[in-house]
Formats: sequence, structure tokens, C-alpha cells
Amino acid sequence: MTTTGAIDALTVAKATVPGAGAPKTDARVVRRRLGPGRRIRFAFWVGPILLLAVWAIGSKVGVINPAVLTAPWDVAQAFQDQWVNHDLGGDIAASLERAGLGLAFGVVGGTLLAVTSGLSRIGESLIDGPIQIKRSVPTLALIPLFVAWFGIGQEMKIVTIALISMIPVYVNTHNGLRSIDGKYAELAETIGIGRGEFIRHVVLPGALPGFLLGMRFAVTSALLGLVVVEQYNATSGIGHMMTLAEEYGETDVLVVGLVLYGVFGFLADTAVRLTERRALSWRRTIEG
Amino acid sequence: MATDDRGLIRNTADAPAVRVRNLHRSFSENGGVLDGLDLDIAPGEFVALIGRSGTGKSTLLRALAGLDRDVAGYGQIRVPDAVSVVFQDSRLLPWKRVLDNVVFGLRAGDAAERGGQALAEVGLAGRERAWPDELSGGEQQRASLARSLVREPALLLADEPFGALDALTRIRMHALLRKLCEVHRPSVLLVTHDVDEAIVLADRVILLDAGVVRTDVRVELPHRSQADPGFAELRAFLLDQLGVNDLTAEVTA
Repeated sequence: MTTTGAIDALTVAKATVPGAGAPKTDARVVRRRLGPGRRIRFAFWVGPILLLAVWAIGSKVGVINPAVLTAPWDVAQAFQDQWVNHDLGGDIAASLERAGLGLAFGVVGGTLLAVTSGLSRIGESLIDGPIQIKRSVPTLALIPLFVAWFGIGQEMKIVTIALISMIPVYVNTHNGLRSIDGKYAELAETIGIGRGEFIRHVVLPGALPGFLLGMRFAVTSALLGLVVVEQYNATSGIGHMMTLAEEYGETDVLVVGLVLYGVFGFLADTAVRLTERRALSWRRTIEG
Repeated sequence: MATDDRGLIRNTADAPAVRVRNLHRSFSENGGVLDGLDLDIAPGEFVALIGRSGTGKSTLLRALAGLDRDVAGYGQIRVPDAVSVVFQDSRLLPWKRVLDNVVFGLRAGDAAERGGQALAEVGLAGRERAWPDELSGGEQQRASLARSLVREPALLLADEPFGALDALTRIRMHALLRKLCEVHRPSVLLVTHDVDEAIVLADRVILLDAGVVRTDVRVELPHRSQADPGFAELRAFLLDQLGVNDLTAEVTA
């Protein structure tokens, strides 16, 4: 039987290939896998932990000058000091609130605009042009104008973060929506469903991969916006803490701020990627 | 009974189930794809539509399905209210599980139950929770048949539904489709390139040429198999009508 024969050949191949002197009974070439291969457990954490290790070892052996980059344990010390004596917890909460509110407005706005402009020609002609123009103007360059419009309070900060995170959500959702196969629209027509159901069951799930990609850009953009707006007259927040540290020349506190921004960004990105894996489990891609 | 500006009349009352009169459709100013086509399909009748590429088979099917908004033309079409379409690709939404695809758009309370029955009928019992990508090509097409049948169509339009399947799967699908049609008795219009498929499945074979019905034959074979002497005769006749002459037959044989 052919099947048994094939299995025999495989076992033989396994048995003989490692032994260099053994006769080669299996003459075929076993192909190299071109995709990324099997998933590694805790793969997300490998890179960051390695980075931390390099930092720690570099500081320990003295390759990294503490005046340039504070050692991890001194940063931990500074973190504790800030937490106990300077209300770091309140600063983190204030920063997260800003970033979260701005991101929420940006994501909702970007999605609504993308769906409107993706599904109707009128919507497209009204929305798509201004968004593309807005894209080419860096949001951060608009901050002076926003300061004139909204003052230097919380409002200006949230508007800036919302605008900066809206763009990637819009662009990627719109793109995902437009690349939904027209055949599905045709199917929906023959089944005789309405526009609402079409949007809910075909458009939104079809645009989801694009939306989630946009989300990944949006969370990091929101943090970028956060860093910049917190330089403007903030009385609380991580940026406020860093501005003070800059004035007093406290490098260790500066690094605390940087690490916090990094951790937020990494956690937010991880959250989106995990959501992606769950929500897009129907996809069979190279990702596996 | 309602008539729209394209002459599409929807009516479920008495025979025939499908009535097409003087149908014209064209994609450009000068070349008409359908050029005054007349066609009747009786309730429960299985009609296969063959013809060379570009003779308007799909155009006719899409006109009956109401999917030709952007095509210029006029003429009268009457089709039942309940029309289902089976496409060459299964068109299962990849982000919905198989059962959700089958009952997609159904509003009845017992939709899930009926969907499960339909899946069992096409031999996919137990695959309700599978993703479409996990099914083979043949299984996907069976799921798409289940999606069509669960809507209890009076008219089933199939546009080369087995064209992308391998030969063995296709034979199984023929048997399945015949069985399903005997149970549900919809009128069927099947567009196909395959003369053998047309003879095996249909009560009537219609050959389209230059936008009109050129040949219209009943298939009256006691056994629908190639062993039937009438099969080869009918096959030769249809191939001849399609312009596949003996010489080419000899070369390919």
C-alpha cells in the first residue's frame, strides 16, 4: 500500500539522516518552511526582557554611564520616591485619562468618518479630501492654533490626542472597508437584507482587520500626542513630572517617565494584538 | 403585482414560474448581449442553459436575479418572489461560522433549526460551528446550496456552481443537487459550460447563441447516465450545435 510505504520512508528518513555515516535511503529534499513557523510562547516578552537585560548588565559593568542613562535599580528607586513623595500615581492617572479620552474620541470619530466615506459617494466627496489634507499637516504643528482656540487646559490636550489618533483609524478602516470583495455585496443583495444589516454583518466585520491595524497605530500616536501636550502648562501627569525633573536635572526621574511611556505603549499595543488574534480567529494567514 | 420601469414583474400566481419576453440587454451602444430573448420555465422544471462564452448566459441569469442594475436594456421578466442564487464561488462570509452563513438574513425565529436541517440535508451535519476556510471547496459549495435552499426558493438560479470543483466532487454534487431538487421542487436555471452536466441534471437544455434561444430540447432519458444510448446522441447533437464538430472531437478523443 502506498500510504504505509510513505510512512516507512518517513521513519527511515528520520532514523538515518542524523547518523552521518548511515546510508541515505530517503533521497527527497525536505523543504524549508518559508512562513514564520510555529508560535513561540510568551513571544511578546522576549524582546523587551532582552532589552532590559542589556540595560541592567551594561549599567552593572559600567559600560553605560549613569550620567547618560540611569541604572534600572536607580530608576526603580526614583519611581518609588516619586510614588511615595510626589503623587506619581496621580500623575499616571491624569496622563492615562488624557490619552484614553483623546483616543476614545479619535477612534470613534475615525471609524464613523471611515464608514460614512467608505459607503456613500457623497460622504466620500465631503470627508475624504479634508482628511487627506489634514493628514499632510502634522497635528503637532497645529498645537499653537489649538492653544489659541481652546486655551492651554485639558480641552486642547484631548482635542490634539483625538485628532492625532483619528487619522490612522480612518485611513486603515477606510482601506479595509474598500477592499471587501464586491461579491459579498452582491450576495447580500440576492439575500435581500437591508443596509443596516449589510453594515453590521458584512461591512464592519470585513473592515475589522483594517480597523485593528489602525488601532495599533492610533494607540502609539495617542501616546506621542500625550508626550507633547503634557509639555504645555500641565499641572499633573507624567509630562509634568518630567518637566520638573528637567528643571532640577534629575535624570533618573526623566527615565522613570520614559519607561512609563514605553510600558504604556507596549501594553496598549499588546492589548490590541491580543484582541486582533481573538477577533480575527476566522482568518488563516501566514501569522498562523 | 408590481411593474418597475425595467419591466420586471413579480408575481407568484399560476404557471409558468419564469416568463421572459423580448429581453434586450447590452453593455455597449452597438453590441446587444441579449437580443429579444423569450423563455418560459414551468414550476419545478430544471432548465440547463449552455452556450459558448459571451453568448449572454450569465447576463440572462443576472437579469433574472435582479443583479443587472447597471446594464442597459428592456423587455419583460416575470420571476417568483422567492429567488435564490448559487454562484460559482460559494460566497460564504469568511467571518461567519457555517451555520450563521446559511441562515444569514433569515428573520424567522426557527432560523437556526432550519439552517441545521439544511446543513444535514447537504451532508454537513456537525459542521455548523466550522469557519468557511476550514471546509473543502466541495463542502463550501454544499454550504452555499444549503444557504439557498433554507430560503425555500421557487426559483433557483445557479451560475456554473460546480465549475471550480474537481471531477469526482462534481459527480457527487450532481447527485446531491438532483436529490435536493426532487425534495424541494424549485424551478431551476443552471448555467453551465459542461454539456454532460446539462444532460445529467436538466429536464430541458437550452442553447443560447447571439442573444437568443437557438436550441431548446427536452431530456427524456430513462437513465441519466452515459450508458444510455440516447445520452451520446443528445450529447453529439448539442456539441454540434455549439460548433464543436466531429473533427475536433476526433482530435481530442
